[in-house]
Amino acid sequence: MYNASDLRKNLKIQIDGDPYVIVEFTFSKPGKGQSLYRCKLKNMINGNQFERTFRSVETFEPANLQEKKMQYLYEEDSQYCFMDTETYEQVYLTDEQVGDAKNYMSDNLDVEILFFGEKPLGITLPNFVDLKVTKAEPWAKGDSVTGRTKPIEVETAYVLQAPPFVEEGEKIRIDTRTGEYLTRVKE
Amino acid sequence: MDESWKIAQKRNALHTRAAMVQAIRGFFIDRDYLEVETPCRVPGPAPERNIDAIPSDGWFLHTSPELCMKRLLAAGYPRIFQITRCFRGGERGSLHIPEFTLLEWYTSGIDYRQMMKECEELIVHVALSLGHEGAIQYRGKKIDIRTPWERISVENAFRRYSPTSLRRALESNLFDEIMAVEIESRIVETERPVFLYDYPVVMGALARAKKTDPEVAERFELYMGGLELANAFSELTDAEEQRVRFEEEQIDRRKSGKVTYPMPEKFLSELTNMPESSGIALGVDRLAMLFTDSALIDNVVAFTPEEL
Repeated sequence: MYNASDLRKNLKIQIDGDPYVIVEFTFSKPGKGQSLYRCKLKNMINGNQFERTFRSVETFEPANLQEKKMQYLYEEDSQYCFMDTETYEQVYLTDEQVGDAKNYMSDNLDVEILFFGEKPLGITLPNFVDLKVTKAEPWAKGDSVTGRTKPIEVETAYVLQAPPFVEEGEKIRIDTRTGEYLTRVKE
Repeated sequence: MDESWKIAQKRNALHTRAAMVQAIRGFFIDRDYLEVETPCRVPGPAPERNIDAIPSDGWFLHTSPELCMKRLLAAGYPRIFQITRCFRGGERGSLHIPEFTLLEWYTSGIDYRQMMKECEELIVHVALSLGHEGAIQYRGKKIDIRTPWERISVENAFRRYSPTSLRRALESNLFDEIMAVEIESRIVETERPVFLYDYPVVMGALARAKKTDPEVAERFELYMGGLELANAFSELTDAEEQRVRFEEEQIDRRKSGKVTYPMPEKFLSELTNMPESSGIALGVDRLAMLFTDSALIDNVVAFTPEEL
């Protein structure tokens, strides 16, 4: 159980049976008045947002969320399939629920799937993923290495900037939090 | 290293804050005010329904120096000021920090209307000494500080900024929500400082009621750039009425399951001797936010609790 004084940005609470995340939070206390906790809440199932002001006497249920380790299998018709490697149970996320994470998902990648009860809601990626470069302009030896970058494409069709010496067929490491190139990796 | 870097980032703000405090002292010393220091640790704060004191070894840290300063007034110190740390439990946000700095000053022989004028003069003096003449820039907006500033009664503010009248707001117990969500957010749009005045008497436990209307307290709040900067009263000097008001506050605290505080008997017995006065509490951290163009109180204190 949370008290109003526990409310803060990114806290996940349950209202009328649905999980909500606090996307904006303001503490206010008009002169000699009560403490007020102003929240913008986003429904984690349908994405609807609304604003509500709570008083300090109110209490909140934590949203009943669990993360489960699963493996990414494949995408079909904008449905993304994940499998629990122990129980072989499979779940699907929509294009919208996966969001930008699809840029970094190669087959058999281990990820965390966020569940509200039985319902899968979203995905948490590892901070770093290794992906194969599928398109890159060849490197003209003698080009200066410092400072310059070129666009490359990886196996998920994601395009990013990389140093000029990165070549097609190589594997590179990407930071999924920023989407940026980190280093080349040996197979 | 990261913490150290964050604290170093506050350098300009802390310099401005220090200069501001010096200017405040200069203003009061020039006007023959006596600077006083009263204890931070007290047997109990003034009982108020929405202000929670932090316990300290059987006593409490003061939530404002109000009671001690009024005892000084009663003892024959007619013009006094104090800059002191105050403590309020559970208050943390972009404009709140549990340990903060208050400037309080009291003058006998004046009422809250005259206090508005002195408050204007103080802030104009501080602005000028920091190099701001006629206007201050705050969060991308110009605040015109040429006096006199705007004065709006609370009743008119409800009429002007909210579809709900003051009476309806009080009846439906929504005063605070409407004040915070509708009125304060609209006052930000005013490009001048605003005095909101004449509050419902339940929102000024230590303020004198108007002679013409016992339901209204002679209290004002100063807003600048959306910041609530100061709160002032024509002080209540009737000890019997003050006792009744405190008892009402205690009842409200008990009902909402809060700690109650000991009745401040020494204060009540000396209040009879206190001359007609007006007093004001001004948030020094908030004023520093204004003069350093800071959106967060964190930027104007060397250390927030989280940085300790």
